[in-house]
Amino acid sequence: MSNVTLKVNGKTHTVDIDPSTPLLYILRNDLGLQGPRFGCGLGQCGACTVIVDGAAVRSCVAATSSIKGEITTLEGLSKDGALHPVQQAWIDLQVPQCGFCQNGQILTAKILLDQKPNPTDAEIRESMNGVLCRCMTYYRIQAAIKRAAQKVASAEGARSQEAAV
Amino acid sequence: MTTRRDFLKQSGFLVVGFSAASIASETPTLGAALQTAAAPQPAPFVDPDFRQLDSWIVIHEDGRATFYVGKTDGGQGVGTAFRQMMCDELDIAFEKTELIMGRTDITVDQGGSGGSDAIETDGWPARRVAAEARRILLEMASARFGVPVDQLAVSDGVVTVKSDPSKKISYGELIGGRRFNVTLTGANINATTGAAKVKPVQELKVVGKPLQRYDIPPKVDGSLKWAVDARVPGMVHARNVRPPVAGATLVSIDESSVRDVPGFIKVVSKGNYVAVVCEREEQAIRAARQLKVNWRKPSTPPFPKSEELFDYMRNATPTSLTKTGVPNVTGNPDEALAAAAKVIEADYEVPFQGHTAIGPAHAMADPSNGQLTIYTNDMKAYGLRNGVAQFLGMPREQVRVIWMEGPQVYGRTAADDAGFEAAFLAKELGRPVRLQWMRNEETAWDAKGPAFTFKMRGGLDAQGNLTALEYRARVADYAHIGYNETDTVLIAQLMGRRPSSPAPGGAAPPSEMYVIPHRRRETHVVALPLAWETPLRVGNLRDPNGPQTTFASESFIDELAAAANADPIEFRLKLLTASTQDDNQFKRARSIAVVKAAAQAYGWDARPSRKPRSNARILTGRGFAYCFRSQTVVAEIAEVEVNRETGRVWVKRLVCAHDCGLVINPDGLRNAVEGNLMHALSRALYEEVQFDNEKVTSVDWVSHPTLRHVDAPAQIDVVVVNGDPNPSRPDLPPYGAGEAACKPTIAAVANAIYDATGVRLRRVPFRQERVLAALKAARA
Repeated sequence: MSNVTLKVNGKTHTVDIDPSTPLLYILRNDLGLQGPRFGCGLGQCGACTVIVDGAAVRSCVAATSSIKGEITTLEGLSKDGALHPVQQAWIDLQVPQCGFCQNGQILTAKILLDQKPNPTDAEIRESMNGVLCRCMTYYRIQAAIKRAAQKVASAEGARSQEAAV
Repeated sequence: MTTRRDFLKQSGFLVVGFSAASIASETPTLGAALQTAAAPQPAPFVDPDFRQLDSWIVIHEDGRATFYVGKTDGGQGVGTAFRQMMCDELDIAFEKTELIMGRTDITVDQGGSGGSDAIETDGWPARRVAAEARRILLEMASARFGVPVDQLAVSDGVVTVKSDPSKKISYGELIGGRRFNVTLTGANINATTGAAKVKPVQELKVVGKPLQRYDIPPKVDGSLKWAVDARVPGMVHARNVRPPVAGATLVSIDESSVRDVPGFIKVVSKGNYVAVVCEREEQAIRAARQLKVNWRKPSTPPFPKSEELFDYMRNATPTSLTKTGVPNVTGNPDEALAAAAKVIEADYEVPFQGHTAIGPAHAMADPSNGQLTIYTNDMKAYGLRNGVAQFLGMPREQVRVIWMEGPQVYGRTAADDAGFEAAFLAKELGRPVRLQWMRNEETAWDAKGPAFTFKMRGGLDAQGNLTALEYRARVADYAHIGYNETDTVLIAQLMGRRPSSPAPGGAAPPSEMYVIPHRRRETHVVALPLAWETPLRVGNLRDPNGPQTTFASESFIDELAAAANADPIEFRLKLLTASTQDDNQFKRARSIAVVKAAAQAYGWDARPSRKPRSNARILTGRGFAYCFRSQTVVAEIAEVEVNRETGRVWVKRLVCAHDCGLVINPDGLRNAVEGNLMHALSRALYEEVQFDNEKVTSVDWVSHPTLRHVDAPAQIDVVVVNGDPNPSRPDLPPYGAGEAACKPTIAAVANAIYDATGVRLRRVPFRQERVLAALKAARA
């Protein structure tokens, strides 16, 4: 056991743990977060996804000691009480069925749009392909990603117009 | 008196009872109101009385209402649909209500979920009690204003005197925080009713609207407490240790092999059931992997290898347990086949397929104060309560089950098993125990949909009319496990408990309205060598057998249409319209309507399959299939692209015409239908339980592939068929929509592959390598 300091969703936590413990169990059982969920423990399904310094990390197979950057979980995605455009698109298009996997879907989609604000259909399919859904909500997920991309683009368009004025 | 809040505080788990964000923001008045109404009490946990209106509906002082129903929601929007139905009858705004589901201590026993019957069956008492509450409230307002009820109007929970709208009073003012004290009637819970009648369909305002599901925002922002999140102070973690080989017997356990694991508490074993308990979750996972257990292998193989399964099934002697084995014969099929101008024969095969939930089975059980509370996503919370009480020899009144959201449940999942295991471990340790299965455990050991073989024969006359059809199925469904049975849950089996006789699966023949003069339908059950303590245990998986039987029957109809050189839809329409005899719910007329609606939505041009040959690398085709489930009728069209070089099949477009009577929430229905289509698509293209002759070898998402993002169709059209062709259609009641659309999909895909390539795939799933081999064999 040793003290490990983690920065999660803007807050710093120090926990006394075995540092080789996969991050998932620390986030869930020590910090009380419930966005990341155990799906396979093998890094195959994506239900445990968190964002570390802008990249997707499968927290079920990532040793806590290997995490150096700031962690964002599903709970940390909204800003100033406003949902992230990806989350809003998920509600607008009523994406989830059971919703258990949607943590990984939403965070992976967020990273995709950060990197490629206007992805093609093929890019969406390829980037999301490693995140599994057993309700098979892929069709609505892909539509919601496109919707979020459009919303972000039109919001930025409006902002740049304002700036020009 | 203990309030609900105090009680939840005492149990150390304040938030768990509120299953959605709309409920989590508990209003200050709620606790007080519940104190006088449906307040939960510590044990004994008395069954809520379904004949008391207060068990179903509580009106709070601020005019908000809480509904209590004994159903659960597997992610298909059932909760939202119930709120819509009850809001309409009570005349209250949707936003002013909340719904509590599946808590055995405070919601009436409607059995939880199953059989797609939530709205079709259990929605009725919910609507009637809401109508009764409205009637009582109007009577109270009538007494208050001294005005007859028919002089009153009600809207959004406010009663107004028609002649003087300044005179008004809200539901909250009339009864807020107090009990109705109204006794209902009805022989059983489904018949529960008051004196009020439900509204005619034309007066429904909330029903029929595509309202957003209330459970989605907290699922999207991370605020929802799921069953996996249930935790209480002092809780410890457990993991199971399964026999490495099916049918193995425990010889000894070397506990010293895990004593060095930090946080180690205990190894618990009884019979062949073994689990380890540790302070922390990761410690329990490590200890379960590290524990040295001596197992003795069975002397004979528990089952054939998966590659040999279908031959085994065809050669096995059927058991005498053939619930559906007596042939259902119309006319004289043998004579008709002998006289036919053309006889077509085909065999089909469907392997075992699993539930394989995205989140492995889990439960948390808290044995504090001599009572037992189980937190679970088991869709049949009431059955779990009864089963666990009986299994542990506890009075029912000391056991309650709190249902919370979880990964999808389409039938008899391992949630039942995990609930019993957590309860057993909690009682053994005297501490709250959280148990979760691991991925390989879930994929290997969860209950399976049974494997089928089919032998079909059909006879056409010289004009291409179908005169005779023979359907003979064999199903590996000998010891079909039910829900929460104390002698068939996995822990009970491993402890040596057995039911007095195995229950065979009731594999019903395919469902259609075709007029065929001579036909024979029979299903025989066959047994694998090992009936109990086997990972190939069979239980209900969505529908539960329609995807398999409809694959065979609707593929074969397509083969017959091709042999008759007829368009597949015209061939079926001829069989449907050959009789005008219909049932009182217009199933024939509605079948014809959905078949036509699907064809129209797709833009179907009539021609026989297969499509004219092409030398392109990507071959395209379309396939059709139809069936019904109870009174819900569906017709589907799949459009596929088949890569001739790789064998990869992409279902580019799916059309589903769907008629389930009255629609409560059109978007919720569409989402549920899409889920059915896609789940069945995964079963068509990927899913198969594989095993050697000792154990299941498909145990994770690599060895047991599932549908992925790249497989999603580019277009899905769900056509909600309504109002046609019968003028009385709008008055049809709602029928179930949770399963019907998963039935024809596999056949529609197989028929589309044939249309594209001329190759008939008679073995599910249509994985790339199997398709490629079939294309090469046929030089297609």
